[in-house]
Amino acid sequence: MAKRRLRVMVAKPGLDGHDRGARVLARAFRDAGYEVIYTGCHQTPEQIASAAIQEDVDLVGLSNLSGAHNYLYPEVCRLLKEKGAEDVTVIGGGIIPDKDFQKLYDAGIKALFVPGATLESITSWIDQNVSPRE
Amino acid sequence: MEDKTRKIREGDIRAVSRLIRNLEDRIPTTDEAIRHLFPFTGKAHIIGITGSPGAGKSTLTDELIYAFRQMGKTVGVMAVDPTSPFSGGAILGDRIRMQRHAEDPGVFVRSLATRGALGGLSKAVGEGIHVLDAMGKDIIIVETVGTGQQEVEIIDHAHTVIVVLVPGMGDEIQAIKAGILEIADIFVINKADREGAGKLFKEIRGSLDMAKNFPGGWRPPILMVESLFETHSFSQSVAELAQKTLDHHQLLIDKDLMGDRKRRKATAEMNEAIRAAVLEPVLDELVSSGRLDEMIQKLVDRASDPYTMAAEVAKQYLAPKKTEEP
Repeated sequence: MAKRRLRVMVAKPGLDGHDRGARVLARAFRDAGYEVIYTGCHQTPEQIASAAIQEDVDLVGLSNLSGAHNYLYPEVCRLLKEKGAEDVTVIGGGIIPDKDFQKLYDAGIKALFVPGATLESITSWIDQNVSPRE
Repeated sequence: MEDKTRKIREGDIRAVSRLIRNLEDRIPTTDEAIRHLFPFTGKAHIIGITGSPGAGKSTLTDELIYAFRQMGKTVGVMAVDPTSPFSGGAILGDRIRMQRHAEDPGVFVRSLATRGALGGLSKAVGEGIHVLDAMGKDIIIVETVGTGQQEVEIIDHAHTVIVVLVPGMGDEIQAIKAGILEIADIFVINKADREGAGKLFKEIRGSLDMAKNFPGGWRPPILMVESLFETHSFSQSVAELAQKTLDHHQLLIDKDLMGDRKRRKATAEMNEAIRAAVLEPVLDELVSSGRLDEMIQKLVDRASDPYTMAAEVAKQYLAPKKTEEP
């Protein structure tokens, strides 16, 4: 019997077309042995939550650089919960001021990675905190 | 288990996506689940879409979903992308093209990695088709990985196979080679606004002209689909493609040819099931005991050969055939 493979989704909510970072992350996740579903840019929180459930992912990584994280990230968490998928871990990245961190954690975001975070720091956080759901 | 299969038949998305995950991860209870679902399958029209990387399979699939939804049909999609032979990871990017349907409850899209399976399909695809069928999808589209010349397994699973070609991929010899060009029920020449589309059309047509006969009299049509940036003509071409797949399906039914296709899928599934029941337990044991590694090392050192060692394994695991007493 094969062991469970971690499935993660890299998603870009909102009106932001800067997806170089998201693509680099997708590549790093592939190299870490995860199966990565990339949604592309300009996604609504509804599209992301719905796709995350259809794909049965363990983790959703959100990337947004337009400053709309305070609305978009909690909304993804809320929709996942509404659809009975609060067991999906949600993390976020982007240009996020320190003062917003607590608000996002309170909304259900489990970790935030801002400019300067290394790829290793992100994959090692995932390896330590997320495992494929049984 | 009854409860879970009922949820799947009622179209519960979480139950469906979880079962497909379990199929991919080869969780033992899935055999039971498929057994329960099996009587509720066999209703959907299964369409395979295959072609080289970058030919436009995902974009065509996206527009096909739209065309079928316009006809009021529900659609399930399984899109396969390759697994890295080094990390075991994968980037599943087909979904990018199909995200506009993410919120449509009549559409279910699932990305799968090949996980080392040959032939451009993952092992879970064949069973996943049954799951989407049991959940009541009218149309199931299976998008293979970008294929080369020989990845023809899709014909074991699909009723209608669409082969997507693009201009400029090779000379006229390519069109008469064996393999992927033989499995098409419908040809699409995609990006047909590019140079060489007319030549490609003539090559395929010439190749079809040489065929002696076509089962049920279905000569695979060749459809030209131009740039998706010409949205109107693109939509029209793909709507025509959708209609052709339905025509083909109808022909299979009318000419009593569905049996052949179903038999092909049944044969593939039987092979797969026997392999899973017989070969995999043996391989698992050889891996966990370290014996496989030993054998590989012997092979590297040229201390033995694969046939001798495989024969030893066979001798150990296969019961000797009882000879009839006279």
